[in-house]
Amino acid sequence: MPAPDASSRPRKVNRLGLTPSDYKGKPSTLCKGCGHDAISSQLIRAFFESDVRPHQVAKLSGIGCSSKTPAYFLNHSHGFNAVHGRMPSVATGAVLANRRLVAVGVSGDGDTASIGIGQFVHLVRRNLPLIYIVENNGVYGLTKGQFSATADENAALRSGEVNRLPNIDLCGMAIELGATYVARSFAGDPKQLVALLRGALSHNGTAVIDILSPCVTFNNHAGSTKSYTWGKDNEEPIHILDFVPAMDQIEVEYEEGTDQEVQLHDGSWVRLRKLERGYDPTDRRAAQELVLEANEKNLFLTGLLYLDTSKRTFLDSLELCDEPLALLSEDQLRPPPAVLDEVVASYR
Amino acid sequence: MSDKTALAEEVAPSEIESERIVNDLAIQVATVNGSGSQSSNLVLLRALFRMGIPVGGKNLFPSNIAGLPTWFTIRANRDGWVARKRNVDYLVALNPQTAIRDVESLSPGSAVVYEEGLRLERRRDDLVFYPAPFQELAAEVTREVRLRKLLANMIYVGLLGELLSIEVEEIFGAIESQFRSKKAAVELNRRAVEIGIRHARENLVKRDPFTLERMDKNRGKVLIDGNAAAALGAMFGGASVATWYPITPSSSVVEQLTGFLKRYRKGPDGKATYAVVQAEDELAAVGMALAAGWAGARAMTATSGPGISLMSEFVGLGYYAEIPLVIWNIQRVGPSTGLPTRTAQGDILSTYTLSHGDTKHVCLLPASTCECFEFGWKAFDLAERLQTPVFVLSDLDLGMNIWATEPFEYPDRPMDRGKVLTREDLERLGGTFQRYADVDGDAIPYRTLPGTEHPGAAYFTRGSGHDESAEYTESEEAYVRIMTRLDRKFETAREMVPPPVVDQAEPVSPLGIIGFGSSDPAIEEARTRLREEAAIEMDYLRPRALPLCPSVLDFITARQRVVVLDQNRDGQLLQLLRAEYGDRIPPGVLRSLRHYSGHPMDAQTIVDYVTEMEIGAA
Repeated sequence: MPAPDASSRPRKVNRLGLTPSDYKGKPSTLCKGCGHDAISSQLIRAFFESDVRPHQVAKLSGIGCSSKTPAYFLNHSHGFNAVHGRMPSVATGAVLANRRLVAVGVSGDGDTASIGIGQFVHLVRRNLPLIYIVENNGVYGLTKGQFSATADENAALRSGEVNRLPNIDLCGMAIELGATYVARSFAGDPKQLVALLRGALSHNGTAVIDILSPCVTFNNHAGSTKSYTWGKDNEEPIHILDFVPAMDQIEVEYEEGTDQEVQLHDGSWVRLRKLERGYDPTDRRAAQELVLEANEKNLFLTGLLYLDTSKRTFLDSLELCDEPLALLSEDQLRPPPAVLDEVVASYR
Repeated sequence: MSDKTALAEEVAPSEIESERIVNDLAIQVATVNGSGSQSSNLVLLRALFRMGIPVGGKNLFPSNIAGLPTWFTIRANRDGWVARKRNVDYLVALNPQTAIRDVESLSPGSAVVYEEGLRLERRRDDLVFYPAPFQELAAEVTREVRLRKLLANMIYVGLLGELLSIEVEEIFGAIESQFRSKKAAVELNRRAVEIGIRHARENLVKRDPFTLERMDKNRGKVLIDGNAAAALGAMFGGASVATWYPITPSSSVVEQLTGFLKRYRKGPDGKATYAVVQAEDELAAVGMALAAGWAGARAMTATSGPGISLMSEFVGLGYYAEIPLVIWNIQRVGPSTGLPTRTAQGDILSTYTLSHGDTKHVCLLPASTCECFEFGWKAFDLAERLQTPVFVLSDLDLGMNIWATEPFEYPDRPMDRGKVLTREDLERLGGTFQRYADVDGDAIPYRTLPGTEHPGAAYFTRGSGHDESAEYTESEEAYVRIMTRLDRKFETAREMVPPPVVDQAEPVSPLGIIGFGSSDPAIEEARTRLREEAAIEMDYLRPRALPLCPSVLDFITARQRVVVLDQNRDGQLLQLLRAEYGDRIPPGVLRSLRHYSGHPMDAQTIVDYVTEMEIGAA
């Protein structure tokens, strides 16, 4: 009987016969030590371990340091680095055109919580199947360190400038708006992050993962609430989370110490070992209260905050055909002449 | 107040023309927005259409749901001229707010059908007045107050029917077509028409010269608005993703498209072979459509002025990253919110070069509902072939008003899906390709679609600087190479877009006119009138697309005076011609006629302008 996390141990070749390097991207041009690069590494690992076919993946992003990263993982996947704050609409169009795509959107706190917050809201509301990653560092890195809307109140910039506005909590918003998979994590906690990413890959709906991803250049100093040190000192996982792939589950008994298992869309499971809080992520009100509490007490609570596997997706609402719209033939797209005659006759 | 003799005395007989005017009049119905007169107006329009008389309907409506004035004009003309006519011949005055001004603006000899309580007969002594107690008559049809209000509108259909000799059977046929399966509504409306007819017979004496007679000019034709034609064209173009945000006057493009798709584009399993999304704003609408085009769908959106401004950034991305997409711009009066329910051609310059940096876009310029249909499907072929956003610039007049038209022609060629490499193509090419390389010399590169099962299929799309391999670069050489190729691709586009339509005398006249889009019916009417009334021959070139074809310059240089007609203040088409051809146009040749009242173009304005110009030239 394999251990539940056997699947998350690095393998040299996955079930598709691909190696981790088949999931790599171009060399990163971000600052050395950037949290975003750590996240790209876990994305590579998650896609590899979950045996995702690279050609089936579409990587979407907006503008900013975070939005550059789709170039740094999954070289054999199509990528689209679009315009600032508009990744959600781009992801929506791509998935509508080809519902078989595994869509992963990478955004930042400026891209999502400021310029793109309207699109974020409506994407979440629609429950489009998409992994929506927010690489959250509280600052605009590419324009040299201005505060973003997720910066904590009273946090200080390196220059000494203090943020006097309250932060926007993207997880709290996502739960409020009806997201079906909402998680918070830390670029410095690879084990949790990879499990959350794999869970998101198995989920059918919008998966919002808000990841504290320190900006080593502009927001990693003492006094910052988005630094590595702050993250390490303050991270409080709400549970120990394991991802168990569908194929392993059959052989696995209920592991001792496991408090809750939730089955995902593709038959995989997330297995939770509760910590002090005894938290149930399928309880929406509890999730909202947890986020409120975290904000009030300035706690850095990480893990799977909310999960709903029952809600219909945007593709279900649209009653889309199974075949990707992009691949429909002319026969399927252009009705015959008799239809034109019929419509024209109705205008007589 | 329906005493025939009293009325007859008020109008001096000598002032009324005795000669009959057959099948040449404009009827204007002035009502309050939201009063339900639209059905009556459509019944009237359709009845005339069914009598075989060339006819068109224009709705002048406020940006309001209920309470503000609205005017619906029906022009019937035996020669087929249905552009806006400045003079109204028959006024139906039902709106107390505007009745006095409406009556004061009439030419002598016009007729007024009106609610007798308005007592309009006191206002002028050179008009023919036909009063009727609308509410009282409607009360004969039904006691229900709400219905009575609506049916009062059908009373004037009956009154006009009798006064203008509209065939009753065709009115009834039009009612059936309007209310289709709603039997009770058909009955009530027929009854209201009958009461209107009876009232006219018993109480009114025909004293105006206008009358309608059956013709045979609508055989095979249909009555349709340009937005419906556009939607239908889009469906036959294989539209598979349509995204939009509601805005007048473009909303009815995607609304009507949705209706067609629901009916005719379900697969055998009943599931949709399309996605229509009402987005949160125009930025999202164009973002979704652009990415759908990127991923291989036939993607479109439709909008109007303010929406076009919002779409600007994504359109630049589409141009630079070379992504197919169709955008309908149903133009309305700007700038800013402008006059949202009035027509203009004021976006041609800004749409042509929409977005920052060096950008230029293929724009199709339909002038009729037939061209709305044709460009509806052709735009997808052009967008996918050229890998770029393609605009179709219609306007409120063409898009929302009702036109009699020949039936649309089914697409005469298979869809052109452009240069898309499949897995098999990639295998044949040895597994690699360069996304932005000009392999064929036409400056159009090859693309692959996301999901293509080949390790060499992927590339990275970005709006930042890139080289032929789609790699990020800030190299000035690569930037210049890509931008220069895009310029060459525009030259390829020039060869592919629909060429201008030229109608010229033999030998050519020294006088010409260039105009586009919904100006066409007014230009054609003006040309005929100038020929018949002033012996002035005016050749005509109508561009149907941007970039302009070389024949436009030939047309200009072969003439001494060329009127450029713009439905905008700044002469935007004129500016385009000057920018395109510079000093290759001899000085003094181009004359600019600019119409920007928000009303559809009319022939009289052109006739007056050209007549005066020709007197000056002589």
